[in-house]
Amino acid sequence: MSDAQQQAAQTGQHGEGFTVGAIREQFPVLHQEVHGKPLIYLDNAATTQKPRVVIDTIREFYETDNANIHRGVHTLSARASERFEAARAQVARSLNATSEREIVFVRGVTEAINLLAHSLSHDWQAGDEVILSELEHHANIVPWLMLKERKGIEIKVIPATESGELEIDALPGLLSERTRLVAVNHVSNALGTINPVARIAAIARERGVPVLVDGAQGLPHGPVDVEALGCDFYACSSHKVFGPSGVGALYARGDWFERIPPFMGGGDMIEEVRFDGIRYAPPPSKFEAGTPNIEGAIGFAAALAWANSLDWLAVERHEATLLARMTDGLASITDLRIVGTATHKVPVVSFLIDGAHPHDIGTLLDSMGIAIRTGHHCAMPLMQRFSALAGTARASAAFYNTTDEIDQFVAAVARVRDMLV
Amino acid sequence: MADKAPTIDAEISALKDEFAFLGDWTERYQYIMDMGKQMPAFPAEKQDEAHKFHGCQSQVWFDYEWDGDHLKLYGTSDAAIVKGLIALLFRIYSDRTAGEILDAGNGFIDELGLGAHLSANRATGLVNMVEKIRSLAAEKAA
Repeated sequence: MSDAQQQAAQTGQHGEGFTVGAIREQFPVLHQEVHGKPLIYLDNAATTQKPRVVIDTIREFYETDNANIHRGVHTLSARASERFEAARAQVARSLNATSEREIVFVRGVTEAINLLAHSLSHDWQAGDEVILSELEHHANIVPWLMLKERKGIEIKVIPATESGELEIDALPGLLSERTRLVAVNHVSNALGTINPVARIAAIARERGVPVLVDGAQGLPHGPVDVEALGCDFYACSSHKVFGPSGVGALYARGDWFERIPPFMGGGDMIEEVRFDGIRYAPPPSKFEAGTPNIEGAIGFAAALAWANSLDWLAVERHEATLLARMTDGLASITDLRIVGTATHKVPVVSFLIDGAHPHDIGTLLDSMGIAIRTGHHCAMPLMQRFSALAGTARASAAFYNTTDEIDQFVAAVARVRDMLV
Repeated sequence: MADKAPTIDAEISALKDEFAFLGDWTERYQYIMDMGKQMPAFPAEKQDEAHKFHGCQSQVWFDYEWDGDHLKLYGTSDAAIVKGLIALLFRIYSDRTAGEILDAGNGFIDELGLGAHLSANRATGLVNMVEKIRSLAAEKAA
């Protein structure tokens, strides 16, 4: 680290666009004590906290514009519809999609992938193949296993190395005439690895195979450009990116949403309904049956607009500092093993302490005011791969975490290690 | 650790005093884990499916026997805090008669602050084990 970087890390000053202290001011939940200790929130890969602007946007929507969308002739309904569609436009802009018609609102990544597993597979046959990776979480495994049970598809897996990086060289050999989709995560939730999704997409698309990127953990750590990634589908969850829970978006390139059948049926997704037939509405409505999470979509858009306004070069420098500090600090603790040591990572560190159960580590840290996640991180195959059958302890930082918090966390883990071993 | 108290209520009262003496929850967990370490070893050959106590995030094994009128409890866990909580439960309930167990409530979980400080999963595991102990006592009393 250079002197300037070190100084920046200590003061939290990273140029004009980003000051950790000023960012923290915008997150009310961070300013509290837990068990009599100042809260240190390092469970951001599970969910992120919400800035004031998101909380205010949702409250203000309920106080001024709340109505059901797309069907009322009255003023409030028109305003609510307009805001909902403006939210869609914001998501499209944030992902650099070509058109708002490429964006469907869903409950989150889990629903997005279930939608695709259902709708993409309408013309798949037994023996068709989907390629996943060893780094996936259950949301990008279980829907495909369910499809395997239902349709007899085959699942192939891009292996991961000991450091938790995907063996991309294995991908060409896994692709076959029967491959219908490659579905990989942008960033591993359990290990923090940033996967080379643009390269994966390039390899797959050269063979005419569409690519789904699960962006649950990607979007929180930097702007996403679906053009640059070259993927066909990108799924994201609002709550992972400083927005409300229960809403997310699925991007599908070009006319994909026109070419596949709807997922759920109901109101709002039809143009005409008779008892002897239906005509679906054009996308995105075709994939948005029923009343959607209106305030959620609007809050999500507020979160994206807010995040997009940050100085991301400075944010990325700060996150790199947090990661380095966390990695170096934890690595110096006796009996501690970091699981996932990829070269390119977001500030997520999974670790094990010999002779200590991850749940004990998590409980003791909680008693010190520190929130981390313990367990299998909804990625059981990955935990098996790394012989962490009881799961790991995982600390995941966001840009509102300070280097001081990381130092306190590392000191707390050292203390916990002495208590447990 | 104090010697076993003569009654369940006295035991809970002693635990409350011991907890109050400790400064914060980190120290209380340390104390709970120390209780776990002092429990008699649970035989490795009994750490099998038949003795597994389900409904916990960590692995828990459980066994019991009736020594005349008195219920003797045995158990362990692969997680140190859970093992300590088992030891705490056994201080309260082991070596008691069915009548004593059935007369006692499970209010101690909240009185000791365990309900508020344990994660929901662990508090549920604790309640489940109390229920199991009470159902053993009820069978015996029937």
